[in-house]
Amino acid sequence: MTERKTKLIDERGLRLDGRRPDELRPIRIELGYLKHADGSVLYEQGKCKILAAVFGPSEVHPKHIELPDRAILRVRYHMAPFSVEERKSPAPSRREIELSMVIRNALEPIVMTELFPRTVVAIFIEVLQADGGTRVAGLSAATLALADAGIPLRGLVAGCAAGKAGGTLILDLNDTEDKEGEADLPVAYIPTMNKISLLQMDGMMTREEFKQAVSMAINGNMKIYALQVASLKSKYTPPEGQEGGEDQ
Amino acid sequence: MSVTRERPVISKILSKELMDLLKQDKRVDGRSLHEYRKIECETGILEKAEGSALVSIGDTKVLVGTKIELGTPFPDTPDQGVLTVNAELLPLASPSFEPGPPDERSISLARYVDRSIRESKAIDLESLVLQGGKLVYVIYIDVYVLDYSGNLTDTSVLAATKALENTKLRKYELEGDLPVFKGEVVPLVLKEFPVSTTFGTFGDKYIIDPNLEEEHASEGFISFTYTIDGKVCAVMKNGQGHLSHSQVFEMLEIGWEKAKEIARIVGWRE
Repeated sequence: MTERKTKLIDERGLRLDGRRPDELRPIRIELGYLKHADGSVLYEQGKCKILAAVFGPSEVHPKHIELPDRAILRVRYHMAPFSVEERKSPAPSRREIELSMVIRNALEPIVMTELFPRTVVAIFIEVLQADGGTRVAGLSAATLALADAGIPLRGLVAGCAAGKAGGTLILDLNDTEDKEGEADLPVAYIPTMNKISLLQMDGMMTREEFKQAVSMAINGNMKIYALQVASLKSKYTPPEGQEGGEDQ
Repeated sequence: MSVTRERPVISKILSKELMDLLKQDKRVDGRSLHEYRKIECETGILEKAEGSALVSIGDTKVLVGTKIELGTPFPDTPDQGVLTVNAELLPLASPSFEPGPPDERSISLARYVDRSIRESKAIDLESLVLQGGKLVYVIYIDVYVLDYSGNLTDTSVLAATKALENTKLRKYELEGDLPVFKGEVVPLVLKEFPVSTTFGTFGDKYIIDPNLEEEHASEGFISFTYTIDGKVCAVMKNGQGHLSHSQVFEMLEIGWEKAKEIARIVGWRE
């Protein structure tokens, strides 16, 4: 879109931040970051800082939207006004409304909503600092917050984008690569089911590149999934010698 | 805030019939799994709009009108015209549509049409500047859903591109700082013709161009928009279902074969 001021891939094939094309940004996960939410996480991926919190299952307001055979999910993806270069109005933008929907759609397959009819599980994703790939990072975070809240899940959703910048297929785009690159392809994957639950793309790619990029994103998601599992295990595995007895 | 909606109520008998047919690779309306409904297209049907198109795919009807005004560019793209897409799911199109501000369905439809046109670079936005940073042409694309019988995405992308194709641009010239219209009207030049194809998925089965009943019974949807030479410029998965990557790759290729057919029907390919 904009004129290319920066060279996205250098002579050695490395990216602006020194990463290889298929390298993720460093990820830091802090479960139970908030006191009052039933489940929460502070999730950092490179310069992205995302807070996710889950409440519920709880009573539905207004009552008429509850469903007799399942819990409903209520998802809000929201960016803080100070999360981007130029202040963003706190009112939900069209982009945030769309992303709230695609994130909800990506989470629906894993939440065992049938166990809690006539209730709501509320999932809040606050982007505190954005640097590309926030919808998928938000999704990885929301999944962890759901698990931290003790909501029964069929699996975990891991989210990661792939794309194309400077003519090269790359993993986990940062903001510059997203804006100045040729294509952005966010993918969410449920490794235990081998299924894609979010897939979007904008930009320009050949069909062959598209397939390669999807595979690259899935590989990235497998690595994120391993980190998600490790963080949950380290918080919830009882110390040696104390069998069971886990009560959150 | 996005909230789980109740799945549309379709008769259990119909839903069962649909699934039983699908097991034999058949569909309720007699189509094969990868067959579109009839596509029809009328353009230039409105006088007040700069461009217009009425496109139907089966019983789904979408009217698109374009308007062009002068305005200020966005601060981050001072040397580009502005493209704005809005979609209205009119209450007269379906009992499930309600009047009111755009909801997540109409917003995601509008944003998909926007991405298809913008990312394919159908419009050369840089040619739509009168005075850099100050005065540019603003193209409004309004997608008006008149009759909803499934597959709004493909119908809307097609109608929007068709409407742009017959859009007339009133050329303004600058006299000092003032834009003046001296009577020159030129066609808006399109550099690309994006075509969208949409699939509905049922477990490991998928069908192209779902009609209303199929859309209600589908677990998920995926749309691909292609350029005329077969590149992909927009993709969107919709609905609660999930897909395997091999399914996605198969649909990507079938979609391209169908996109070529659609482009032929509307005169963008030999």
